[in-house]
Amino acid sequence: MSYRNQRILIILSFTIIPIALLFVFAYLPVVNMFRYSFTDWNGYSKTFEYVGFENYKSIFTDPKYFSVFKVSLYYFFATFAQMGLALYFATILSFKVKGKNFFKGILFFPYLLNGVAIGFIFLFFFKPDGTFDTVLQALGLDFLIQKWLLNPHIINVSLAGASVWRYMGFNFIVFLGAISSISKDIYEASDIDGANRWHQFRHIILPSIKRIVQLNIILSISGAISAFDIPYIMTGGSNGSNTFVIQTVDVAFKYGKVGLASAMAVVLLFIVVTVTLIQQFFVKEDK
Amino acid sequence: MQAAKPTVRKSARSHTLRYTAAAILKYASLTIGALAALIPIVVVLFASLKTGGEYSSTGPLTPPGNWLNFDNYTKAFVNGKMLVGFMNTMIILIVSIIGATLTGSMIAYILSRFQFRGKKLLLGAFLLATLIPSVTTQVATFQIINDLNLFNTRLAPIVLYLGTDIIAVYIFLQFLDTIAVSLDESAMLDGASYFKIYFRIILPLLLPAVVTVVIIKGVSIYNDFYTPFLYMPKTSLQVISTALFKFKGPYGSQWEVICAAIIITIIPTLIAFLSLQKYIYNGFAQGSEKG
Repeated sequence: MSYRNQRILIILSFTIIPIALLFVFAYLPVVNMFRYSFTDWNGYSKTFEYVGFENYKSIFTDPKYFSVFKVSLYYFFATFAQMGLALYFATILSFKVKGKNFFKGILFFPYLLNGVAIGFIFLFFFKPDGTFDTVLQALGLDFLIQKWLLNPHIINVSLAGASVWRYMGFNFIVFLGAISSISKDIYEASDIDGANRWHQFRHIILPSIKRIVQLNIILSISGAISAFDIPYIMTGGSNGSNTFVIQTVDVAFKYGKVGLASAMAVVLLFIVVTVTLIQQFFVKEDK
Repeated sequence: MQAAKPTVRKSARSHTLRYTAAAILKYASLTIGALAALIPIVVVLFASLKTGGEYSSTGPLTPPGNWLNFDNYTKAFVNGKMLVGFMNTMIILIVSIIGATLTGSMIAYILSRFQFRGKKLLLGAFLLATLIPSVTTQVATFQIINDLNLFNTRLAPIVLYLGTDIIAVYIFLQFLDTIAVSLDESAMLDGASYFKIYFRIILPLLLPAVVTVVIIKGVSIYNDFYTPFLYMPKTSLQVISTALFKFKGPYGSQWEVICAAIIITIIPTLIAFLSLQKYIYNGFAQGSEKG
């Protein structure tokens, strides 16, 4: 077969399956979601009515639907603690430390764990007289003991804490990789100039990993807005821990309001895409 | 000269003092970090080895009396049908990973080596899809799976893992840039077909990228809860995540059994981590650059 015909054959045969999968499972759902969002479909009837912007109106006017975005704020602020810890540990472990690989492994390991296992681990951790209460008692900090998962004012802090525990290792390993790619000569030169560790962090490490830190912050923001796993497994969204995604899933699959749930998903998609586009814009500016 | 001497010594001493203080602070913070990462898991291990009576009479930080009491493990493994979970997870994992490696490397090969009309558009379509968080579109994806008659079959998660996995395409694309085109060209001079070039030259050279894809996909599939929970509620199709989740109801008060189930779920992850550490670090550091 000539290379010309071969070329056509290979392009067609190698792209048809990936393209079909991409369109059916990545784009078609988005298109359908927009369509459903203007209907009152319940998910199983053969027929549905177009209701215009009714669904969107109820999301933005009924505080029951929109107020859950408040919960995202807890995950959003937890993101900064997570980045700070990851950056701190990545920086000190990029210098000479005894037991480097040991600490690196332990700090990263939680990220690899099964989401359901993490949910249960933290149910056990936060339950009354559980691990956390016992540790606080042992440290003589009894007065700090709370109903971690029952008090609506604290529950989201507890859940966001579990989320930091889960994802910190990922940011840590990414930052560590970025820091280790900085040439050793630069540190040596700065040592000669009398720079201390803080100067090195401030003027060498931070500027060279600025982009990857930004990228991780933006990714975590999208993650905070679409928080689902941990609160769903641990509390099912009770006691004021309901997130927007848990609510969307419940509205669609528990209450059979696919039209309304689609509108909620469109709103969420819109927010996440906006955040991502802002990030892309900033990253480009930087280059 | 003489006057300068003591000041030098003094500043040297305060220098070492500062360094010691910094070192103590450094190791203290590392230890606290390590304890914070470990304690939540270790207490679960403790509880999983305790008898029912022992569990209710001792605190979570107390080690078990008998380190070889595996009763809870048998109970969790048998009653929780965890073997079914492992089998289904393995099947889905293997098929999805092979599928993702093949489809991902094929489309990457085409996009990196051939010029054709619509190529930019195609690349853009794959790029744009990374912006869609799949958790937001499940409402509509569910109907598609249903219409394709894939609901409650192992194919449902498999096609979803394949169809929405764009990161593999990126890892392959990036890696293909480092493989010299002259290799393809010299093979063509020998009369090799494009298919032969892909299977004999490109695919074997992509091996390091395949390792990265296997790790990233493997971890995300093993740990995914949402997809199997939503698309395969049938008990005979439960995966490890959904099998574990089912402990929530009936074993609500028997924490020692739940803890055994948690540890059973963690063991494969721990083994994989200890044996593939280096690849895992590299894999995630590389994969993230595409994020």
